[in-house]
Amino acid sequence: MKCDVCESEATVFLTQIINGQMTTVNLCDVCSKAKGVTDETGFGLAEAFLSQPAPSAESAASSCEACGFTAAQLKKIGRMGCPECYSAFRDGLDGLLKAMHKGTRHVGKTPRTITTEGHLRGSVSQLREELAHAVRDERYEDAAHLKSEIERLLEKPLESNP
Amino acid sequence: MLFKTLINHPADWMQGTGPHSEIVMTSRVRLARNLRGFPFPGYSQEHQRHDLLKLARPCVDALPEMKDGYSEDYAKLSKIRKQVLVERHLVSREHAARANGCAVVVDRKQNLSIMINEEDHFRIQGIRPGLNLRSAWQLVDKVDSELEAALPYAYDEKFGYLTACPTNLGTGMRASVMLHLPALALTDQINPVIKAVGKIGLAVRGLYGEGTEALGNLFQISNQHTLGEKESEIISQIEKVIERVISSERNARQKLVEDNPTMLSDQVGRAFAVLRYAHILTSKEALNLLSMLRLGADLDLVPNCDRSLLDMLLLEIQPAHLQLRAARELTPDERDVRRAEITRARLQSLSGPSNVSNNQPPPEAPSSDSTDE
Repeated sequence: MKCDVCESEATVFLTQIINGQMTTVNLCDVCSKAKGVTDETGFGLAEAFLSQPAPSAESAASSCEACGFTAAQLKKIGRMGCPECYSAFRDGLDGLLKAMHKGTRHVGKTPRTITTEGHLRGSVSQLREELAHAVRDERYEDAAHLKSEIERLLEKPLESNP
Repeated sequence: MLFKTLINHPADWMQGTGPHSEIVMTSRVRLARNLRGFPFPGYSQEHQRHDLLKLARPCVDALPEMKDGYSEDYAKLSKIRKQVLVERHLVSREHAARANGCAVVVDRKQNLSIMINEEDHFRIQGIRPGLNLRSAWQLVDKVDSELEAALPYAYDEKFGYLTACPTNLGTGMRASVMLHLPALALTDQINPVIKAVGKIGLAVRGLYGEGTEALGNLFQISNQHTLGEKESEIISQIEKVIERVISSERNARQKLVEDNPTMLSDQVGRAFAVLRYAHILTSKEALNLLSMLRLGADLDLVPNCDRSLLDMLLLEIQPAHLQLRAARELTPDERDVRRAEITRARLQSLSGPSNVSNNQPPPEAPSSDSTDE
C-alpha cells in the first residue's frame, strides 16, 4: 500500500474516529514521524492536554465531572478520559458505536459481582430481540435455544453469585 | 523469575506444535479491562498511574497462574529488554514505548501476560500454539474472573467492560491468529484473500500488529467488533474464516507441488542456500527466506528440518534479540552480520533440500535415489 502523502511504501495505518466517521490514513515511516502519528513518547497526548489552558466556555458545558475530559477532546482523539466519561457522554454514543460494532449493547461476559436485576432485564430484552431475528431468519434451532434461555432467566430472576 | 531465565526458556507456543501448526503459528486472545475511579492511562498524570500500579500489581502478582512468573516495573527495564518482550509478543509496541507507571507480568510458561497501564489499565493476553483460540480464551477468562474478584472493574450494564477507546468496548476482547501463508503469496492469491477477510469485519495485519508490514508472509487476522456479540460468537466467526483460509493455503501448496515443482524447489533451494551461507542478512530478507524454508519443511522438501528450529530462529534474529545477545546496542549493519552468523550456525545441521518431484531424476545421474532421502 502507498503512503497517502508521498507515494512511498506505507508502514503506518492509522484508523481514527472523527465526528463519528471512521477514516483510515496510510503513511510511510518518514511521513508518520513528520506528522507526529507515531507516538514515540507514549503519554505525550495526555500531557499535552493537561498543560493546556482552562477549557473554553463551550467545551466546559459538556465535560466529564469525574475527570474533566471534554466533548471536544473526545471528538479530537476518539478516546475517553475515564470510565465515567461513558455516562457523561452517553447521549449520542449509539450512533458512533453502531458504525464500529455489531450492536450497541453488550451481550458477552458479565462480572459476577454485577449480576443485578437491571442487567438481567437488559439481557432478557436482548435475547427477545435475538429470538425475533432467529424466527425471521428461520433459524428455528437457535430460536428454541433462545426461548429456553429466556424462560430460564425469568424463572430465577434474582439468583446471582453462584 | 529473572529476565534471563524468561528469555532462555522457549515458550509453549514456540515449539511449532498445535492444531494446523504448519499454517497457524499462534492463537492469541486479549482482554482490555479498567478500574473504576481512575482515569484511563492515556489521560492520566504520572502520580495517578503510579497509584493504580501500587493497587493493581500486587493483585496480578498474586494470581495463581503467575506463581514463579516474571514481573517487572518498566522504570527498571532497558529499551532493549522491552523490545525483546515485544518481539516475543508478550507486550505491545505501544506499551513498550511507555516508561513510568507501567509494569508487565508474565507467567512461567509464557502463555499469559498482563500489561498494566497500556492504553487500558489492564491488557490480559493468552497465547497458544496453532489454531487454539478457545484454549487462549479459557485461560484469560479464568484470570479475568480472578482479578475481578480482587479489584473494582469499570463495567456498565449497556456498554459492558468500559475501555479507553470505544472500539474495544463491550467484551474488550481481541482474538487474533497468526498465519503463515507462503503458497497464497507465491501464487498471487493473497490480496483477494485479505480483501475477503476484511469485508466480513475482520482485520488483517502484519507480524507485529497494527501498522506493521506483512514480512515473511506472516499475517494476523483478528476481530474488529467487540460490542453486540458474545465472546464465543466472535471466536466461532474467526475460527470459521481461519479454516477457510487454511484450506485455501493448503490447496495453493498442493497446486504448487503438482503444477510448479521446479519453481517450488528453486525457491526453497535458494532460500536454504542464502540462509546457510550468507554473511550479511537484513531482517526483511531473512524473514522472507525463512518463510520459503518453512514452506519447504512443511512439504517435507528439507530433510530433518524441524519447524520449531525455524520458529526459534525467527525470534533470535529480531533486532532486540540480537542486541540482547550482544549485550549492547548494534547498528543496523552490525545486526545484519550477526543475523547471518546465527542463521548459518543454526542451519549447519541441516542437509540441503531435495527436489519436489521424485520422478524427475537429475539428467546425468539416472540411477541416483538421493531424492528419496
